[in-house]
Amino acid sequence: MRTLTRLSWVELKLFLREPLTVVFSLALPLIILFVLGGVFGNEASGPAEDIVYRGVGPMTYYVPAYVALVVASVCVISIPTHLAGNRERGVLKRFHASSVSAWAVAGAEVAVAAVLSLVSAVLLLIAASLIYDFEPAASIPAVIGVFALVTVGFAAFGILLGAILPTARAAQAVGMLVWFIMLFLGGAGPPPEVLTDAMRTVADITPLWHAVLMMQDAWLGLDAGLSWLIFVGIAALSAVLGLRFFRWE
Amino acid sequence: MGSVIEVRHLAKRYGSYVAVEDISLSVEQGEIFGILGPNGAGKTTTVECLQGLRKADKGELRVLGLDPTRQAGELRRRIGSQLQESALPDRIKVWEALDLFSSLIPGGPPWENVLEQWGLGEKRTASFGSLSGGQQQRLFVALAVVNAPQLVFLDEMTTGLDPMSRRVAWDLIRQIRDAGSTVVLVTHFMDEAEDLCDRIAIIDDKRVVALDTPDGLIERYAGSAEVTFSADSHDVAYLNDIDEVDRIMRRGRRIVVSGRGALLAKVGAALVANGLAPTDLQVKRASLEDVFLQITGKER
Repeated sequence: MRTLTRLSWVELKLFLREPLTVVFSLALPLIILFVLGGVFGNEASGPAEDIVYRGVGPMTYYVPAYVALVVASVCVISIPTHLAGNRERGVLKRFHASSVSAWAVAGAEVAVAAVLSLVSAVLLLIAASLIYDFEPAASIPAVIGVFALVTVGFAAFGILLGAILPTARAAQAVGMLVWFIMLFLGGAGPPPEVLTDAMRTVADITPLWHAVLMMQDAWLGLDAGLSWLIFVGIAALSAVLGLRFFRWE
Repeated sequence: MGSVIEVRHLAKRYGSYVAVEDISLSVEQGEIFGILGPNGAGKTTTVECLQGLRKADKGELRVLGLDPTRQAGELRRRIGSQLQESALPDRIKVWEALDLFSSLIPGGPPWENVLEQWGLGEKRTASFGSLSGGQQQRLFVALAVVNAPQLVFLDEMTTGLDPMSRRVAWDLIRQIRDAGSTVVLVTHFMDEAEDLCDRIAIIDDKRVVALDTPDGLIERYAGSAEVTFSADSHDVAYLNDIDEVDRIMRRGRRIVVSGRGALLAKVGAALVANGLAPTDLQVKRASLEDVFLQITGKER
């Protein structure tokens, strides 16, 4: 436990010293929020929006979706790059020789992801509430619960990517690709109702789509069914495979 | 004085590549033990198996009385490691690294002392990436000893250092030993092994090919020393009576006596006793390099 807290604290400081990851995890979701807010407007729900945006206004749709998105950007871009880079450079080997466990390494990544996701989500909500008029969360405890689940799940997914991708460059490229695919198809970009069938099939297997649905359900008081089960399944599979393929060098 | 490391018939392969064929050695408490050999001889694989970082395919291994495969966690808490090809994050600060590593394995001295001892006090808040090669090495060694380990592994710690930094590093290695730890030093530098090590295992082609003190190795494998002096017409046949002398040759004005052991002292004493005190009496001793060439039969 002591190892985990020390390691998490150092990792958090290191993370904040990397300008690229800070920009990506904190600023990019904000930029996308404002771009989409500008494009789709902030009108209250009209006849067209009854069909897309799950029957609510665009910003009421996007704000909870983006709370899920910021978690994904921290976990899917930053964690794999950081983890693969540490292995590539021999940092993990150094930790291993000093009897740091794989659990501590993974746990520190989850802890850092949780802190950054939380900061990023709070920033996003503050920015959004200053500019847009969207409905408040239906159930704050439900939103917090989903946020915690989404953070742990995406962190596991990010650790899997970091475990199987050999270098920091590869991890960054693949992480960004996965993140953009999820962004466009996973309900955080164009509304899913306007996607083609093929796109929606892909969306169905991306964790972000299910994370967005869960977060919106909690926020809007809706029930979209089995998303939580699929998300937990993806997360559990990622965790098992991530620890299975984890290498110190 | 007990053995801190006992290895018998260690073997390790990666797929079809044989990294270590057959390594047996023992390391005694309190010595600086050198593992010397050309690149690719199996040195690093051997010490990584001993540190519990890799699993040996075959062989009996005991390190500090523990099995490095089954008790790797316990073992790693009691040893210190400076690894080849390992690093720290560029942006970690020197003090953060020491603070972190000292907390991983509690029980060592305060890390502030270690920081000063290894001459890193001025670099306390510098980031790892901004340190020079020598400073990075010093930090690695500081991290290896921050938990006051009984046994320290140093793998190619002076590779890439300039000659000045290498000398400094040698002093640091002696300090570790003097502080009571046993040191296993992996190197491919002959002068380093000869200067520092109490005993040396020479590894070539995945096996131990020789194991002894530096002097013992020189004595055994490149034993012949050569003593030369000028003697004009002086008859030196009496030198043949000295046990250590193998051969006497005359090269113009100079006499060349080859032999073993305390050759210089015996020859010198005999010369003086026979009324000759040459001012140019010299000895050329074989070095570990000669031993190495003799044993491995190839130029490095």
